[in-house]
Amino acid sequence: METNRYILSILVDNEPGVLSRISGLFSGRGFNIDSLSVAKTADPHVSVVTMVTFCDAHVIEQIKKQLHKLINVMTVNDLTQKEYVERELALVKVHAKTDKRAEIMRIVDIFRSRIVDVGCSHFIVEVSGDSGKINAFVELMRPMGIVEIASTGTIALGRETGK
Amino acid sequence: MKLTGAQILIKMIKAQGVNTIFGYPGGATIDIHDEILKHDDLRHVLVRHEQGAVHMADAYARAHQTTGVALVTSGPGATNAVTGLASAHCDSIPIVVFTGQVPTGLIGNDAFQEVDIVGITRPCTKHNYLVKDPSKLAEIIQEAFFIAGSGRPGPVLVDLPKDIIQAMIDFQMPGPVKMHTYKPNYKPNKKQIAKAVKMVKEARRPVMFAGGGVILSGASKEFTRIAKLTNIPVTASLMGLGAFPGSDPNWLGMLGMHGTYRANMSIGHSDLIFAAGVRFDDRVTGNLEKFAPDAKVIQIDIDPTSIHKNVEVDCPIVGDCKMALADIAALMEKEVPEDLMKDRDAWLNRINEWKQLTPLKYEQSFDTIKPQYVVKKLHEITKGKAIVTTEVGQNQMWTAQYYHFEAPNHFITSGGLGVMGFGLPAAIGAKAAAPDKTVVCVAGDGSIQMNSQELMTAVAEKLDVKIVILNNRYLGMVRQWQELFYNKVYADTNMEAQPDFVKLAEAYGAKGFRCDDPGKVTQTLETGLNTPGTVIMEFVVEREESVYPMVPAGGAITDMLLV
Ligand SMILES: Cc1ncc(C[n+]2csc(CCOP(=O)(O)OP(=O)(O)O)c2C)c(N)n1
Ligand SMILES: [Mg+2]
Repeated sequence: METNRYILSILVDNEPGVLSRISGLFSGRGFNIDSLSVAKTADPHVSVVTMVTFCDAHVIEQIKKQLHKLINVMTVNDLTQKEYVERELALVKVHAKTDKRAEIMRIVDIFRSRIVDVGCSHFIVEVSGDSGKINAFVELMRPMGIVEIASTGTIALGRETGK
Repeated sequence: MKLTGAQILIKMIKAQGVNTIFGYPGGATIDIHDEILKHDDLRHVLVRHEQGAVHMADAYARAHQTTGVALVTSGPGATNAVTGLASAHCDSIPIVVFTGQVPTGLIGNDAFQEVDIVGITRPCTKHNYLVKDPSKLAEIIQEAFFIAGSGRPGPVLVDLPKDIIQAMIDFQMPGPVKMHTYKPNYKPNKKQIAKAVKMVKEARRPVMFAGGGVILSGASKEFTRIAKLTNIPVTASLMGLGAFPGSDPNWLGMLGMHGTYRANMSIGHSDLIFAAGVRFDDRVTGNLEKFAPDAKVIQIDIDPTSIHKNVEVDCPIVGDCKMALADIAALMEKEVPEDLMKDRDAWLNRINEWKQLTPLKYEQSFDTIKPQYVVKKLHEITKGKAIVTTEVGQNQMWTAQYYHFEAPNHFITSGGLGVMGFGLPAAIGAKAAAPDKTVVCVAGDGSIQMNSQELMTAVAEKLDVKIVILNNRYLGMVRQWQELFYNKVYADTNMEAQPDFVKLAEAYGAKGFRCDDPGKVTQTLETGLNTPGTVIMEFVVEREESVYPMVPAGGAITDMLLV
């Protein structure tokens, strides 16, 4: 069966140990996690886990059912089955020698990203978008000399449909 | 009203209808044992090893059809309970295990007898809790029982730090459980029910297949009713034995690796498998690619993860087996009976040929006892009415094959985990649940040594169990694999170094009998079963007898080794 990328948005009790139940489920059953992000929601008792995984249709069905079976999981929403918006945010620390500064700033501009820290020999750039855009940006920065990268996992929301 | 944590614990347990706890104390749990002592209506069975306590709670739950309870101390007490939890988890048995824990202030400091038991048991419990807030104690205990016993049942662990147990807490009996993240769905979908009936009408070579879920949901009656209405032959997994009467002419015997030839052939040639409460585990399906190639599948299960996991299902029905089967039976009763059993005679005749061709068989000789013969005689003498627990290995398979279970909850075995050391504590737990029943543990000489210390529990607590040891002086099932697949190199499976089991029984204050004469098997069983108290009956059996038929691991279930 064909492998696809799936984004799951999982609402869980905001309790210690819940994340470990989810990650334990994945490791115990040999499911893969490509990225994972956890955050509070508008309700302080509820957290949202956004998870990206690559697998086939049979495995994603098991993953969804197994997640749902965890006592602390409220809902499992497969965003890839509908319209959704996804974002990732990366901070990229890049060497910025005098002769490269102008070029870096041009690329930053094209990507509608921002320079958030400037040093004698480096910039920190904040870039956000889907993972394709982030990857493209990182590839362009690579020849300049990347010092460090920090990035969030994918977060996503379903679009509102209807009137 | 202010109560201690220990008082609240006992109050809440009793409110759940519990009157028996299997346990073993330690520094972290003294307060709880102290409290139990004050309640005459609460029985504490003091075990000799915590693994035993959890297996006892497991078997108690099965024989009593309620949730079993065990209580162990922190650290080593808790880790000793893990195997029992894992077994109950695999078999979906409702138990609640309470573990002591170091005081909350010490958690995470590598304190004496501290282990992260919640972390350790996360993958082998249905759910678990560490109680950190005394005001949540009552509610958590209630939730633990609710989770253990509802939906697809399973073990729940509650970790109790010592300061929580000792705290003085404002107590109010909590209202009914309300959990916004856990709401098991019992009600099957009406459309699917109708579809199932339609599929049965269209089938010409159907087989019904019962698993542990039929027993857990108390659905044997409904299951059997459908089999009767449709005249469909029936098989079962190890966990499903007893869901359908073993004396019925349409009973095919067990399915799978050591299933009967006719059960495996019937499934292999069927055009419809009507499965209830099963998970199509590898011991049942063999090679999945070759499993029942022509069959459509109806599968009823309370747990959606069991459906479409291994086998493609044409009519999935998510819900409680009992409710779904009752709904199906009700629809079927409105049908013209003949429509539900078209061409059935041809199918049953074909199955009968398989039966004639290769019945379950063994040859009893004059000088050596065959283990199958012992189980057969046990079945006759107890009239198929005993509760039978088993250890693991050949003894377990022979019991499954030759003790033709008539009713549910009479066969208690560690199916999914297959843990040696289960049978004796399980027998004790079952006896505590059903004191009027004869409870027999069919054991192997290897397995019985894994928890033989529980003989003391049986004797001390007057929980009389009858232990039948099929002594082949081998780890027989492993030896069988070595014989078949490892060139008869019997590496580390010889058990000739073993205790004198008669003396072992006597050392614990039980009775022991040994028999090595085929002519005296019946007499030994009769004497042993009629002797009051706990009794070991040791049968010295043919050393290299193997369990047949057999599907080699990974083979198609229709490719069986017959001798
Ligand atoms: C705790 C545990 N350890 C090891 C095994 C592997 N195992 C499965 S069957 C078996 C042999 C059991 O020997 P015995 O109790 O004498 O039973 P027999 O097969 O001879 O009837 C073993 C070692 C197991 N199932 N459980
Ligand atoms: Mg043996």
